[in-house]
Amino acid sequence: MSFPSRIIRASAAGALAAVVFAVAACGGDDSSSESSGKLKGATINYWASNQGATIDQDNQVISEAAARFKKETGVTVKHKVIPWSDLFTNITTATTSGKGPDVLNIGNTWSATLQATGAFVPFEGDDLKAVGGKEKFLQTSFAASGAPGEEPTSVPLYGLSYGLFYNKKLFKEAGLQPPKTWSEFVDTAKQLTKDTDGDGKPDQWGFAMEGGSITENAHFAFILGRQNGGELFDGNKPTFDTPEIVQGVSDYVNLIGRDKVADPGNAQYADGTRTANQFAKGKTGMFIYQNNAENNLKAAGMEKSAYGVAEVPVKDGSDTPIMTHVAGINLSVFANTKKKAAALEWVKFLTSPEEQVQLNQSFGSLPVVKQAQSDPAFATPNLKTFNGILAENAEPMPLIPEEGQMETFIGEALKGLISDSATKGAVSDAEVEAALKSANEKMAAASGG
Amino acid sequence: MTAVREPVARPEEARARRRQPLLSRRRLPYVLIAPAILFELLIHVIPLLSGVGISFLGLTQFFIRNWTQAPFAGLGNYRRALDFGGPIGEGLLHSFLITAAFTVIVVALAWGMGMLAAQLVNSEFRGQRWFRTLFLVPYAAPVYVSVIAWSFLLDRDNGALNKLLGDLHLIGDEPPFWLIGTNAFWAIVMTTVWRLWPFAFLMILAGMQSIPKELYEAAEVDGASPWRRWRHITLPLLRPVTGVLMIILFLWTFNEFNTAYVLFGPAPPSSADLLSLHIYVNSFVNLNFGLGSAMSVLLLVFLLLVTVVYIRVFRVGSDRLAA
Repeated sequence: MSFPSRIIRASAAGALAAVVFAVAACGGDDSSSESSGKLKGATINYWASNQGATIDQDNQVISEAAARFKKETGVTVKHKVIPWSDLFTNITTATTSGKGPDVLNIGNTWSATLQATGAFVPFEGDDLKAVGGKEKFLQTSFAASGAPGEEPTSVPLYGLSYGLFYNKKLFKEAGLQPPKTWSEFVDTAKQLTKDTDGDGKPDQWGFAMEGGSITENAHFAFILGRQNGGELFDGNKPTFDTPEIVQGVSDYVNLIGRDKVADPGNAQYADGTRTANQFAKGKTGMFIYQNNAENNLKAAGMEKSAYGVAEVPVKDGSDTPIMTHVAGINLSVFANTKKKAAALEWVKFLTSPEEQVQLNQSFGSLPVVKQAQSDPAFATPNLKTFNGILAENAEPMPLIPEEGQMETFIGEALKGLISDSATKGAVSDAEVEAALKSANEKMAAASGG
Repeated sequence: MTAVREPVARPEEARARRRQPLLSRRRLPYVLIAPAILFELLIHVIPLLSGVGISFLGLTQFFIRNWTQAPFAGLGNYRRALDFGGPIGEGLLHSFLITAAFTVIVVALAWGMGMLAAQLVNSEFRGQRWFRTLFLVPYAAPVYVSVIAWSFLLDRDNGALNKLLGDLHLIGDEPPFWLIGTNAFWAIVMTTVWRLWPFAFLMILAGMQSIPKELYEAAEVDGASPWRRWRHITLPLLRPVTGVLMIILFLWTFNEFNTAYVLFGPAPPSSADLLSLHIYVNSFVNLNFGLGSAMSVLLLVFLLLVTVVYIRVFRVGSDRLAA
């Protein structure tokens, strides 16, 4: 069928007009532009990550902070709490479309990846001064704010670190102390794994892991690989399949299949709450998680006195006792913002010592500015342990633009291996190596084009 | 529409009078179709063409903020996607084969269940209308709600499926995983069939209701068994409906994204790595929109080929089909 050409022309012109209209409508800004120093009456949009036990808790904490900020500056902050699983996609979608919030939270491991998109305002010169300068931040946290040698496009907001949570009652009953080395850890976990109801199957486990979580898996590959002296990257070249990384990953995934100290059901845990729930119910003696898990334990009804936090066990004889990556949440300002001064003011406010105490206390995270760190609120034994780990035994995940892809490929490989470990039993080093080799090839191919 | 000719009109007049409505009749379809074309262009054609354009670009995370800066990649993305010896092509091929198997099974099961249910509801019995409504529930429920409910059912430790299988003594001490490992394939088949079969049911039922009852009565008088009546009356007379239904189910299933994404998130187990999700991961997780678009174009070409061949072979939509 052929259409008369004038009809095609008319339709095309109509379509074009509609596109132009749509684009013009999208490009519109409903508020008047501001000049710095005259922020009153401005409204900015803020995307917060989910830090609390529930989104409701986040909403409450952020609303209170926004109310204090409004009182101080007259700027209204409209916020939206975005679940962790959606955050990265939402950010990249906003970057692609150019329509995003003014200020947002990012996982600090993504800082170099998102920096490469050019979507965020670099914190340099006056803009860095506007948020209070580099010196106010803890240097370990500030190190994970962008690729080395480039102007950072994010500043730290919440500090997080891995630690070993242990159930005091179960440890006392079994006469155990928190393990320091990996072999002690496996041994302790074995002693805690028990059949308590006499049905011939263990129902109390030594350890719990989020085996279905891509990010958790990637973090453990990094931490345990580093303990063996391995590196995930040699410059820009992925080196996931070196013997050091293979060994670390093998130790981890085999906690289910070979050592039988973790519930096979852990292989599908992915939402960040199930290991904490299992632990809170006394069904597992230990789990390694970031400090914000304290919130989940509280939500699950576990008293703070019922558990302790110790340093993450380190591979026997390791020269690189890495216990955590420099974990945390950072703040970025969208380059497309029309209210940069108000946005920077909000960043400054959130990273002020008073707000740092308030926010981090609410979320069970660690302050990232020096002045807040000495606040008595963070002098609890557990937070002191986390703080110590973050200061002494932490390294940032590789700060490369492909960090996001790296987490996906390694995390997927471990997810598959943990799934095998849960369904088929012990996973051999050769199988671990093959899976990591495949991830390595995918990574090399992905960054090659 | 029939034109009533006035009895005493002269031939010239009549011709002139007829020409007038004829002309506007020629225009009318285009006028009527214009809004549809406009929105088709806006919603489908323009994004599709920009997708094709992107497939020739090295549009990675470095350029997503400013697409126009992305370097021209020529056929590079296609070459990588189709290099089945390399990790990217190998992954795509694996995902394609999984999707093909998934589609065949889902379409067959959805059609089978739809046919059975339509047959049941098409006969007269008490409460027939209740069943008709009940069967439509999966189709009416929002996708996300129903798939999230399925993910609870399929949980290894607390899921209803393993509880049921355990109570029936169909599984041993170690309950199987449904959301990881090889069973994930069957988990997504089950969930998708559950969501899609009511559509098949609805279409088949509509088709059945247009089959004249006399045919069945005559066949019954001739002593034809229910099976023969189904085989020789229902099935052939449903051919026009089946022809359209199959191609729609095929396209929907091959492009299935929501079910897989809600069940597994952006990192599905290898056994359930459906093509749409695979493309999504390449684009939005690995931030290589050029490569993701090239894969989308390949998928589009494949689906188009299948559809064209199918329509030709089964003469879907042509009058001769019904004969």
